[in-house]
Amino acid sequence: MDLGAINPVLLVASLMVSATPILLAAIGELVVEKSGVLNLGVEGMMITGAVVGFAIAVNTGSPLLGFGAAALASAVLSLSFGVLTQYLLSNQVATGLGLTLVGLGLSSLIGKPYEGVKSTTLPDLHIPLLADIPVLGPMLFQHDLMVYLSIALVAAVWAVLKFTRFGLILRAVGESHDAAHALGYKVVRIRLMAIAFGGACSGLGGAYLSLVRVPQWTEGMTAGAGWIALAIVVFASWKPWRVLIGAYLFGGVTVLQLNLQAAGTRLPVEYLSMSPYLITILVLVIISARGYHGAPASLGRSFYASS
Amino acid sequence: MKDTLLEIKGLTKAYPGVVANSDVSFRIGKGEVHALLGENGAGKSTLVKMIYGLVKPDSGRMALNGADYAPADPHAARASGVAMVFQHFSLFEALSVAENVALGMEDPPKPRDLARQIREVSETYGLPLDPDRTVGGLSAGERQRVEIIRCLLQDPRLLIMDEPTSVLTPQEVEILFQTLRKLSAEGTAILYISHKLEEIRSLCETATILRLGKVVDTCDPREASARELAEMMVGSSFDPVQREAKAFGAVRLKVSGLSAKSPGEFGTSLKDISFEVRAGEVLGIGGVAGNGQDELLAALSGEIVTAADMVSFDGTPVGAQGPEARRKAGVLSAPEERLGHAAAPDMSLTENAVLTAAARQGLMRGGFLDWPKARDFAERVIEAFDVRTPGPGTAARALSGGNLQKFVIGREVMQDPQVLVVNQPTWGVDAAAAAAIRQALLHLAAQGTALVVISQDLDELMEVADRFGALNEGRLSEIRPVQGLTVEQIGLMMGGAHDMEVAHVDA
Repeated sequence: MDLGAINPVLLVASLMVSATPILLAAIGELVVEKSGVLNLGVEGMMITGAVVGFAIAVNTGSPLLGFGAAALASAVLSLSFGVLTQYLLSNQVATGLGLTLVGLGLSSLIGKPYEGVKSTTLPDLHIPLLADIPVLGPMLFQHDLMVYLSIALVAAVWAVLKFTRFGLILRAVGESHDAAHALGYKVVRIRLMAIAFGGACSGLGGAYLSLVRVPQWTEGMTAGAGWIALAIVVFASWKPWRVLIGAYLFGGVTVLQLNLQAAGTRLPVEYLSMSPYLITILVLVIISARGYHGAPASLGRSFYASS
Repeated sequence: MKDTLLEIKGLTKAYPGVVANSDVSFRIGKGEVHALLGENGAGKSTLVKMIYGLVKPDSGRMALNGADYAPADPHAARASGVAMVFQHFSLFEALSVAENVALGMEDPPKPRDLARQIREVSETYGLPLDPDRTVGGLSAGERQRVEIIRCLLQDPRLLIMDEPTSVLTPQEVEILFQTLRKLSAEGTAILYISHKLEEIRSLCETATILRLGKVVDTCDPREASARELAEMMVGSSFDPVQREAKAFGAVRLKVSGLSAKSPGEFGTSLKDISFEVRAGEVLGIGGVAGNGQDELLAALSGEIVTAADMVSFDGTPVGAQGPEARRKAGVLSAPEERLGHAAAPDMSLTENAVLTAAARQGLMRGGFLDWPKARDFAERVIEAFDVRTPGPGTAARALSGGNLQKFVIGREVMQDPQVLVVNQPTWGVDAAAAAAIRQALLHLAAQGTALVVISQDLDELMEVADRFGALNEGRLSEIRPVQGLTVEQIGLMMGGAHDMEVAHVDA
């Protein structure tokens, strides 16, 4: 084994790229769950975003248009979940699982003509001055737009939930929809907005996989990233910055174990492959082990207003 | 007659299968304390929901200060100066007091200003409250303060209060009334909803009495007797509960040094509780909701397992046994929450009967259920307790609250319990049915059962209990004989007025 073959600068740089899809999906799902809705369809929305984003980018030659289309497509798909669960009061767990299956099937249908096709990818930005700092520059400041957008999104979600009236109302709806309704807030409308936002974020995450990280379309390419995003939201105790830690940890261990495999370590590959899942969950469990976990009290419960 | 603030004309609201309000008309004067009196299900809640914009009337109209008033939603109602304190609090447990208040305001100020305003108003009206505390950790009385302060911050012209005193000690009630009287003197009208007659007689100037969705009478409650009001409310006279003279036997249930941690996040842990109940005796346990009542019932029924010698039945330690073993021995219980705790909502009455009565009524044969026998048992409960339902095959959820309550109490009473623990046995049950349930409990005691009745209704406890104790923050007060106990003493046993003070405003 040759640990010298692992370059720490490259490791950190690729960790950020590897974590971004999960981070995008998880921060979207956090908002959905904060409003009291459990959408298990993250995987399906991600892969739909991946295929739609890729197809549009190939056809128009613009990855940015691809990202926009991916966000839109997944938001529309998530609203089908929204209509089913919020108006028709279907079971959220079953509907979310159905959404995942629909997304997987739909994406392989749309994606057939695009297998093996190459798309243009997002260019890396060179942030003036910062990018030229030795070591730190290549690590942190030479990424593409979406990496920074995802971090900005975490900050924005945190600030909106903590400091704004809209964030307060969203949390209130997730905490007790009956009380929120009694005070005159539109529970269903707020939840639909959250669901659409979560869908759009998942779509962006999926498109990042097919347009930047891989970049190519293969069937089933999300390979469980949506489920990891869901788990990260729970183990991060519904806190935005902890979601960031969880996603980067997962991304980091994934990249590290790939590097270790390449460096020819004697640990069996199976252990290395499972390590990102194991370590992420372990660390987040330890973080959230004490005290109040903060699950929204109405999470997963259907709301029906009598009038 | 004071100037009219709110006039209601011919309000009607029907739901599928039931008319909640039919042609309801009355008026509320400026600064008037107006009582809305009626039994559970008389249509009080629907009526105030229409005034607060939560429910739209089918027909009829309202006028506020002479202008047409038809609020589309609670925001509109609040903008017109109508505020409401809910019976089941409209609070968010995981949020802070200030956040809860902000959610109930149309145009909340900045967080720092809001915190200052909350402190000011709470001091002015003698309702101390820390804006930064999380609501989940507050007592029921404190939660009500949050609701009241939320309303007061908006300078309402009409304050609707839906059963505000059910969670307060008598001292807290007195302080609340002083606050309300001050508000009324300042010109705020109060619509006060209750079925507690003595409260209405001491507080209100006018009473509108609802029965089955219709206004049956309007009177000055200060000039009517409680008995008269009750008969207007119920529509007929009913038999008061009869107590039989009795002698107590040996100690059946003994609790010594019972301490148990609450399983719930915001629950109250039990601390060093000791008492004894003899055969034929009824021990009444009062206290403001959320002071350990649910936990005490759980510890006695076996849902919370403790050290064996903390609970003993006929001298045998049973503290370490689960509910099934205790039930077999004859220690039965009926918890407060009907749907989801005392009964499984989507299962039929027969199935629900089997759930607690299988062992004692011999409804099992070689590990298989004897359905005909179970059905027969359910039918006997329905018959004996006058449960209004199409039959034992009906799902528990389909019964009204009062009828289901009769069923779950009856199910335990009919099993010949040796010790019976009930929590809020007549909650949400109409007066005649409540009297029947209390009578059944007393009858059981007369046959030698030891009873523990946990309730927040002091009148009920005075009616059925031989001795009385109160829970306060998970501790049990000294236990005293009911005879000769004054309301003031009871209030002090319940923890007095906690830290409330009399309002400082000058009327």
